[in-house]
Amino acid sequence: MTERRYPEVAAGPFPEPPIDWTDEAGRTIEIRVCQGDRDGLVSMYEDFDPSERAQGIPPVQESAIREWLDHLLCEDCFNVVASHEDRIVGHATLVGDDAGAYELAIFVHQDFQDAGTGTKLLEALLGHAAAAGVKRVWLTVERWNKPATYLYQKVGFESTGAEDFEREMSIRLTGK
Amino acid sequence: MKLLFGLSADSDSLDALHRTVDRARSVGDDLTVAILKGPDVDGSLADMERRVSEAIGDVSDVDLRTVEGHPGSRLVEIAEAEGFDRIVLGGGEQSPMGKIRIGSIAEFVLLNSHVSVTLLR
Repeated sequence: MTERRYPEVAAGPFPEPPIDWTDEAGRTIEIRVCQGDRDGLVSMYEDFDPSERAQGIPPVQESAIREWLDHLLCEDCFNVVASHEDRIVGHATLVGDDAGAYELAIFVHQDFQDAGTGTKLLEALLGHAAAAGVKRVWLTVERWNKPATYLYQKVGFESTGAEDFEREMSIRLTGK
Repeated sequence: MKLLFGLSADSDSLDALHRTVDRARSVGDDLTVAILKGPDVDGSLADMERRVSEAIGDVSDVDLRTVEGHPGSRLVEIAEAEGFDRIVLGGGEQSPMGKIRIGSIAEFVLLNSHVSVTLLR
């Protein structure tokens, strides 16, 4: 396996959570570092539109969702959530790989999509991670998922050139 | 049923192989295991052949072969030329995040094989 490519120039700076904002539909959204939000996340994922799953995540069964979240909400991972009136409506997460970089995933509940929250959540996660010293982040996205690819490009991700079933993209952060 | 199981010489898991051998024996399928070594694969064919022999114990009921060259295309070629009913591959790799990954051999076989393909999860 060849080394993953990262952009030479670091992206950012990105804002750090907590961030209060009003989405494009006029709803107040709080974006914050995840803390004790496990049950709220389970509720969001149980109600997540199965057609918007990506490469097998989130899982469908509640027990599988809990097991998956145990894996994501680890000490060395980074998790940021978006909430509206005490309901979790978005989640962005970074999980470390075996090369000192982080894999990113982001999910916004179908009721809260297309209102700008994904961009805010993504930027807040990158700001949170950069402040903790994270320098390299990557992700995969289905080749046909143009809106997601556009969102990632907008914040500074570039295609690495590796394409299997999915397109791989990466970003370099300023780190500390 | 005549099954062709493809195993890359650099694969670190034999879980899919174990499941395939167990199932083939229990239903009486005719199983061929092809250990594949492409030009850019580090693992040695002899090492993997030894691991496979150890893993499946008595190999008298399994046709064990080593195959060099482009792994996906060689596998499809063998399956079609020799009238196999199904190609079986391990396909349960996950990213750190838990996303399902499809490796390059599985992708090639899925897109090119006229023979049915099973990916084990």
